[in-house]
Amino acid sequence: MTDAPHHTILEVDNLCVDFFTRAGTIHAVRNVSFDLVANETLGIVGESGSGKSVTAQAILGLTELPGRVTSGQVRWKGEPIVSGPNAERNIYRVRGKEISMVFQDPMTSLNPVFTVGMQITEVIRRHLGFNKKQAIERAIELLDLVGIANPRERINQYPFEMSGGMRQRVLIAAALACEPALLIADEPTTALDVTIQAQVLDLIASLQKRLGIAVILITHDLGVVAGVCDRVAVMYAGRLIETADAFELYATPAHPYSAGLLRSTPRIDVEVSRLDSIPGAPPDLKIFEQGCAFVPRCNRATDKCAHHRPTLDITEGTRRVACWNPIHA
Amino acid sequence: MNKKRVSDEFTSRTSETEAAIEQEHSMEGRPFEIRSARIGMFRELLSDSTGFIGLAILSILVFGAAFAPWIAPHGPTEGTLSTANLPPVWSTAGSWKYVLGTDPQGYDMLSRIMFGMRTTLLISTLVVLIAGIFGVTIGLIAGYMGGRLERWITGWIDVQVAFPGLLIAMIMIAVIGGSVSSLVFVLSFNGWMVYARMTRGVVLSVKQQPYVEAASLVGASAGRVMFRHILPNLTSALSTLAVLEFARIILAEATLSFLGLGLQFPDVSLGVVANNGRNAIFSAPRLSIIPGLFISVLVLAVNFVASWLRVALDPRERDKRFAATVSHHGGVQQ
Amino acid sequence: MIRYLAGRVVQGLIVIFGVTIAVFVTTRLIGDPVNFILPLSASLEQRARLRVDLGFDQSIFVQFMDYIGNVARLDFGTSTKFTNQDTLDIVLRFLPRTLILVAAGMIIAFSVSIILGMLAAIRPGKVTDKILVTLSLFGLSMPQFFLAQMLIVVFSVRLGLVDIGPGPWTHLILPSIAIALPAIGRLAMTVRSAMIDELNSQYVKTAKAKGLRRRRVVAVHALRNAAIPFVTLAGWELIRALAGFTVVVEGVFGVNGLGGLAILAIRERDFFLIQTIVFVVAIFVVLINIVIDVVYKFIDPRVKLT
Repeated sequence: MTDAPHHTILEVDNLCVDFFTRAGTIHAVRNVSFDLVANETLGIVGESGSGKSVTAQAILGLTELPGRVTSGQVRWKGEPIVSGPNAERNIYRVRGKEISMVFQDPMTSLNPVFTVGMQITEVIRRHLGFNKKQAIERAIELLDLVGIANPRERINQYPFEMSGGMRQRVLIAAALACEPALLIADEPTTALDVTIQAQVLDLIASLQKRLGIAVILITHDLGVVAGVCDRVAVMYAGRLIETADAFELYATPAHPYSAGLLRSTPRIDVEVSRLDSIPGAPPDLKIFEQGCAFVPRCNRATDKCAHHRPTLDITEGTRRVACWNPIHA
Repeated sequence: MNKKRVSDEFTSRTSETEAAIEQEHSMEGRPFEIRSARIGMFRELLSDSTGFIGLAILSILVFGAAFAPWIAPHGPTEGTLSTANLPPVWSTAGSWKYVLGTDPQGYDMLSRIMFGMRTTLLISTLVVLIAGIFGVTIGLIAGYMGGRLERWITGWIDVQVAFPGLLIAMIMIAVIGGSVSSLVFVLSFNGWMVYARMTRGVVLSVKQQPYVEAASLVGASAGRVMFRHILPNLTSALSTLAVLEFARIILAEATLSFLGLGLQFPDVSLGVVANNGRNAIFSAPRLSIIPGLFISVLVLAVNFVASWLRVALDPRERDKRFAATVSHHGGVQQ
Repeated sequence: MIRYLAGRVVQGLIVIFGVTIAVFVTTRLIGDPVNFILPLSASLEQRARLRVDLGFDQSIFVQFMDYIGNVARLDFGTSTKFTNQDTLDIVLRFLPRTLILVAAGMIIAFSVSIILGMLAAIRPGKVTDKILVTLSLFGLSMPQFFLAQMLIVVFSVRLGLVDIGPGPWTHLILPSIAIALPAIGRLAMTVRSAMIDELNSQYVKTAKAKGLRRRRVVAVHALRNAAIPFVTLAGWELIRALAGFTVVVEGVFGVNGLGGLAILAIRERDFFLIQTIVFVVAIFVVLINIVIDVVYKFIDPRVKLT
């Protein structure tokens, strides 16, 4: 672990993202706030529809119609990048260079008609101003860094000549090309088979240590988060409902939803006759409930829970929970 | 042209399952949703101003054409040289008797246009029906049967499509002579392929859908499921296609007649009227321009209707259109 | 690549062969070709004599052999209208003007439609898009001859421009535009919808996340992929223009090209001339198809040319 400074590099401040559809307005992200410190690995966990990917895309200004950031702010190294007059200028400076993103499906994330090499060198040349030769050398270095064998040959290959895992490595290489301070990985392993998943996660973890970058890892799979992340944030129905040290979360989850998630993760060392699942279904994101959104599925719900929504400032040590009735250790 | 991408067997299967799950959240291919989409179709019409205008114009033109024998001021070939080359009503020497003036033979332009439109619409309707029925049948056979028969049919379609239609049509008409029936024959002969291709495409794509496989796994017969899903998909695409083809046939017939290779005297169509006025393009351009204008307006109206149909019958298109209107709100970014 | 080209050429030759057979069959099928050539007033004697002259009295098999032999020697017979001139000579004389017309028209059409389509796709639903869609719709709805005539009326009323200008080819400017316009209508719509699809794809999102300039994302990443369906349709437009619309445009503008020749030949029932024209057009169609396939290979590396 390098002797990295511990200052806050990313501040997400009451971010709200809405999607305007014919069926109604979907409030996908509701007042999400969190901070990220340099060199830290944060995992954002939640089921499909919890708003985690939308949050990540909003940070980089990639929200597309019919979605829009309706309020809130994101600050990178103190400068606003989401709303306000300078935001657009700042975000262009930052994208691909200081903050990079890797997406979920490596099969479609690469342009099929260009070589893998070109798709890496273009980032290098755009942000670092290298000439063609230098950029190619750097790209080969990067391919090597992400563990691709024979990088000199691979550089002239096309995406369709590569497997899913390899493509994901290429995407990571392109993301790291300019030595960003933050890498956002949005479900980087969901579309890959299990053995490749482990490889890619190991890669991300080792790169994080070697290069001293911060990582936000987004996933629905708690198993993925375990080995890689320092801190974990759990999202439900568009809100953050618990943030804690990874180890603490796994050992003693406070929010009933986090506990439910952990319980329903299949384990290889314990024999069960039936898989646990959280009863009920996620709420309709078009409405704002009066109380806590998890109430219909919670076995610890009280009257207060149904009428007053808990916010994420209830602390227990280094963790924060948005719950009136958390599970105590 | 969809070139298949080389991919992991496993990853393609996983994405197939995910696509199937996504399907559950989208409206693609589900019969009852498409049926309900059709109910909203007319509501969509009111918000779709061009579709509305198109339908309105089309109704007027069709009405005028259909009832031409009763409401046209004169007969299509009624006139003598004494009434030749009279100017239209908006010019100083014009009168309401010959609203659009007369041509060098003395025939009333307006009446000729009305009768001409009648014939044009008749031909187009017949061609769309004949070519459509034939094409869809062939397409269904090709799609269902598969195998060698399908490949043979596809090959035949490809060869016929490669042949430039206008040239072939011209030569065929020259050989068998120009009349309403020969035009219908020739245009159908050149026009069935697009229906066959589309139908075959729909059948094939439904065949491949995961929910067909899923349905048969659950115990429902794959054939029945396919039928339930092919029909609604087909009718939506077919309606739009038929309307577009209708427009194309109008233009094709007009062009053939304009070249003198379509209908012959005393038959009259819009193209014939345009052809008659051809030589006077510098002296009396209205003789050719006015029929051309009528053709353009007719086809434009048909195209508007087609565009409305396409959006109204496909729920996803309607969502896209909705999303585009939302972008008018001031955005925080992008 | 060479092997592929050779294969395609052979394939093309087969298609052309098929065309010649089809021409042969259809002309014999629809009755006595002599009846086609001669006017109704011709006497039985005249018909009989012509039949012998042209060899139509011999058995079908012999006729076919003769026919193939002639085609191989590029002897397509002599024209009846342009008395006794070799039809191939005639066709080749009229061909260049048409080729220039179509080439110019298509170059205009391709470039304009790509630009317009891109502009419309970048801001779907906004003003540029709406204008483009409306104009395209108008362009698509007008018959070719009407567009051509309107061009004449507008430009001759204003400027008498049709024939003016230095150089021998300036009188082809207006007709080129007439050929280009409907093609632009269709192609621009294709480019627009293809671009909209590509701009919604995942790799474009990745490109944006990489911080690449907008211009590059659209004009390099998205365009290259959108080019694939564009090439198919552009090829069809080219064929349609060459083998169809040039007839109309040449007729309206009075250009002496292949199109006008075709109308003349059909009207005059010049049997051999028609045959030759069809043959030459078929060759071009095949050539264009080959070119399209080769262009695909350059654009899309996934295409395996077997």
